[in-house]
Amino acid sequence: MDALLFLVFAAIAVICGINLVVQTHPISSALSLVGVMGALAALYLLLGGEFIAAAQLVVYAGAIMVLFVFVIMLLNAGTERKLAIRPWGKYLGAPLLLLFLGMMAYLIQRILPPSSPVVFGAFQGGTPAEIGRSLFTVYLLPFEVTSVLILIAILGAIVLARKEVD
Amino acid sequence: MNFYLLSLIKTVIVVGIFMHVLAYLQWIERKVIAHVQLRVGPRRVGPHGLLQPLADVIKLITKEDILPSHVNKVFYFLAPFVAVTFALISISIIPFGPEITVAGVRTNMGLTDLNIGVLFILGISGLGVYGVALAGWASNNKYALMGGLRSSAQMISYELPMALALAAPLLLLNTLSLREIANGQAGYYLGFIPRWSIFQMPFPQIFSFMLFLIAGFAETNRVPFDLPEAENELVAGFHVEYASMKFASFFMAEYANMVTVSAVATLLFLGGWHPIFPEQYGSGLVPVAIFAGSALLCFMHAASPARPFDKYTLPVFGVLFLGAAALFLLPPVKPILLPLFWFSAKVGIILFVFIWVRATLPRFRYDQLMRFAWTFMFPVSLVNLFLTALLVAVNS
Repeated sequence: MDALLFLVFAAIAVICGINLVVQTHPISSALSLVGVMGALAALYLLLGGEFIAAAQLVVYAGAIMVLFVFVIMLLNAGTERKLAIRPWGKYLGAPLLLLFLGMMAYLIQRILPPSSPVVFGAFQGGTPAEIGRSLFTVYLLPFEVTSVLILIAILGAIVLARKEVD
Repeated sequence: MNFYLLSLIKTVIVVGIFMHVLAYLQWIERKVIAHVQLRVGPRRVGPHGLLQPLADVIKLITKEDILPSHVNKVFYFLAPFVAVTFALISISIIPFGPEITVAGVRTNMGLTDLNIGVLFILGISGLGVYGVALAGWASNNKYALMGGLRSSAQMISYELPMALALAAPLLLLNTLSLREIANGQAGYYLGFIPRWSIFQMPFPQIFSFMLFLIAGFAETNRVPFDLPEAENELVAGFHVEYASMKFASFFMAEYANMVTVSAVATLLFLGGWHPIFPEQYGSGLVPVAIFAGSALLCFMHAASPARPFDKYTLPVFGVLFLGAAALFLLPPVKPILLPLFWFSAKVGIILFVFIWVRATLPRFRYDQLMRFAWTFMFPVSLVNLFLTALLVAVNS
């Protein structure tokens, strides 16, 4: 069952990812990205990362992508112009891509130590309580530094967006 | 019993009831608004217009489904699906009552329970905005586009105070599962004050409740925040190009969102299915008293009929109400109906507030809406969260 669900959501993620690149209209691409995010959330859930899955939905699919779509709609971005593909790109593109992917797969397989395969449901530390505990004990410093960074970003956004007052 | 079979049966029951609630919510809304405005509302179809929802559904299904020539077809068809799907999904994790035994099978009232329930609700409600935004954009119509834009900006703005208002009671209750949240509010202070979040020590969550409800109004695009479909500015807003069942999908999504917001408010702040005063003071007899009182009222009016046919119709309703009252006294069904009664009573009161506000308040202007979100709701919910956290920390 887990393997079946994994295959379904992995397929959705890959198809949406390809669609994201193939589509010419920004809205279609943005919505494909939403599909990728949603499928990824389901994959996190399968692996036991419940909090990460929810955060993926709330933050990425729910907030950031809505903002993307909002901006695209506001600017009324049109269909992108297709550039003419040069002949050598047309014939060499696909083989070069396959070669690159093969090399990457080979290298990753060589470099990474042989590890036991992932087992669905084996990981138990993904509940919000566990995540919170490790954020406030083991990873306290990175967590606080990130908060300060976000605070600075918020201040910067306010400064940039503020109306000039004479 | 087989898990899949049990889930299937529960799903059929919940979906069936939910769809009827959605249909009749619209009838109740029309009736309540009519009475607020000193009209009588729908009364042609069935007694007191009770079959009006059925007539509406038939009308919507059989209407001509117009496909405008200038729309983006894929997203035009996708948008109503997205809107209605994400609106209906949330009901799957709402618990309606405690664990019960039906015909020897122990099961929870409610379809399922997630240990990230509250986050799931937030995530799903965040995705619901795509339906509205896409409908506005794909319609290729300036009014629809304005509606879609307004909706997405409004949803992003009000999602923040909503999440902050939700976080405060979670600090008291220490869990994200909706069932455990409701169970954490069982019991009474001094024997009669319920331990609901809005009364719970060390910091009663009454402010969170208000903030959540206001943000809920904005998230569901209801008056006074119904800018995405402001009739007098945008004709009908994001769904101006939609007809027939596609229009009905948006309608259904709005009402389903209302029910979800009310159910979540009930579970988080009003103690879910726990009665307002303890069992030993007779809280189990409240539904009996209400239904028996209604029956009595029917019989009294039937005795001195205002219109000739009242003599025949009102006793029928009286007998129906008496039957409902007797149902709450039967030992085998009482433990099932009683939690359900309290849960639906609380949800119903919040839904009534939704309708009441719609009949009472005028619409905001768009800049007022945004200023209200960022300069009032957001700071107040932050302060509320901070105070709650402080008091919880001091208290423990």
